[in-house]
Amino acid sequence: MSTNKHLSNDAFDRVLCELGREYRLLGPRRFPGKGAHSGADVTGYGEIGSLSDLYLEGKTYFSPKECLFPVRETLFYFREKDITPAAFDDRPTIIFLRPCDINGIKRLDTIFLHNGSEPDPYYARRRERVKFFLIECREGFDSCFCVSMDANRSDDYACACRFEGDGVRVEIKDGSFAPFFAGGEDAAAFLAFVTANKTSVQVPDLSRVDLGALFQHEIWQEYSSRCIACGRCNTSCVTCSCFTMQDVSYGRNQALGERRRVWAGCHIDGFTDMAGGHSFRAKNGDRMRFKTMHKINDFKRRFGFHMCVGCGRCDDVCPEYISFPTCIERLGRISREMTHE
Amino acid sequence: MNNPYLPRPQRILSVTQQTAIDWTFRLESDMAPGFGQFLELSLPGLGEAPISISDFGPGWLDLTIRSVGRVTRGVFVLQPGDVVYARGPYGRGFDPKQYCGKNLLMVTGGTGLAPVKSLIRHFLAHRDDLKAFALILGFKSPADVLFAAEIEEWRRGADVILTVDRGDEQWRGQTGLVTQHIDQYAFHDGPTEAIVVGPPPMMKFSTLGLLQRGVSAEAITVSFERKMSCGLGKCGHCKIDETYVCLEGPVFNYAKARLLLD
Repeated sequence: MSTNKHLSNDAFDRVLCELGREYRLLGPRRFPGKGAHSGADVTGYGEIGSLSDLYLEGKTYFSPKECLFPVRETLFYFREKDITPAAFDDRPTIIFLRPCDINGIKRLDTIFLHNGSEPDPYYARRRERVKFFLIECREGFDSCFCVSMDANRSDDYACACRFEGDGVRVEIKDGSFAPFFAGGEDAAAFLAFVTANKTSVQVPDLSRVDLGALFQHEIWQEYSSRCIACGRCNTSCVTCSCFTMQDVSYGRNQALGERRRVWAGCHIDGFTDMAGGHSFRAKNGDRMRFKTMHKINDFKRRFGFHMCVGCGRCDDVCPEYISFPTCIERLGRISREMTHE
Repeated sequence: MNNPYLPRPQRILSVTQQTAIDWTFRLESDMAPGFGQFLELSLPGLGEAPISISDFGPGWLDLTIRSVGRVTRGVFVLQPGDVVYARGPYGRGFDPKQYCGKNLLMVTGGTGLAPVKSLIRHFLAHRDDLKAFALILGFKSPADVLFAAEIEEWRRGADVILTVDRGDEQWRGQTGLVTQHIDQYAFHDGPTEAIVVGPPPMMKFSTLGLLQRGVSAEAITVSFERKMSCGLGKCGHCKIDETYVCLEGPVFNYAKARLLLD
């Protein structure tokens, strides 16, 4: 049974301060001066200490996936014959995030915890310490299409927050957080979810389509002429979970160093390269096809729900203005042509 | 929680030079792999690479490696007694029961012989499990032939067609691509299963050749090679459509494999 409270901004800041004694607090924030251009900020997820740290007026460039799956993660250190697993920040963690991103993390859970015969221990040890504080999202942003992807709602949260500017409403679902908010005024249930986006798509059912013919379709040649394989769509995507191993030696001593995993992306050169010289999907349009099929067809065939959550970050960040919802719509038209012919 | 990413040290027992660039490293190991499985071989500081296990027995396993990448070049300077690191075994390999009571034709190209070598030795030791047993083993040139001495021994239990794309003055054996030998192969009575392993173009045309000779897709088994960073179904590099080569493969029935589009 959840309770609802209303707090002033100052009272909410005091709660954050109290929570910060027990929890690592992560949320959407600005990283001043870290943008791609001189003097520009970038937005992503990191530690927050107060309400003013939270970036709420827009969608972050980077998703919260790095809270659980860092860009670079040391798996172990090696020194001669000693191999020592890397330690990590084992404080319990609260992440402030929107419903689409909670659903995105469900996709990461699916790969890291449930695909294959055993869970990924590095992901699992972070994940089991995380509680979600949902940021209510009633309107979304221009490029969002979460409603189409059935990712606009979530009940997987400990608390939900409505940031009203002059105060904060909080729904406390996880009773262990009730004492933190005991000073707030009782309030009525408030939580709502976005029910319509400015962008909408209809994901086509490709089960009756000749995939061989679809893969040869000319639209992929067009994407070859546009996509520059920068991989921004992969790195900004909350559900892209691929990584590559990387060994780093300290100085000249090869036997002293660490093995890391680093983010990898199916658009980026080298993703399929094997030492013998063979590789797959040399053309950028084929990589667009591979990613698109994974996000709206292959993952669902394996796990029963779509990978893409419609957060729209890939559209926001693409330097070539490639629109993923447009690609989905075009696939729909092509599949209708193919199955009606 | 188990940490499957931590590699374990494995001592090199012996090093056998097969060709100028393909060497077999025998490791002391308790891994107990199945036929056609692979492991992740690593040298800390250089990296990690998926390598198929070419043969195994109690307490040991063989890796037949070509020196083509950072990890393999590092392994090639090692001597017996030195240590490499490995984790695994991974993947779904060959199930020998599938071929029992049938004719078996294996077609390999180059280093594609390595992943099936243990299965060849198994069936030579259990020859009665099969009816006809034939091997079409292709290599680029006489200098590229792997396991040359063992292949001669295999002739006692199997019909062996050892062929090179281009012979030289000393070469007295067969020449031509494996596909030419598939075209000319005299099939025996009764159901025939085929196994095809090699580089992607060789696999493509060999399976087409077998289909044209009347072998059904369901009766063909293939083994894939892909980039893999984990072997555990997490890193995503080996995924084709909804299939993870490291989990459902690398060995596939061709009826499934031919639907996998990269």
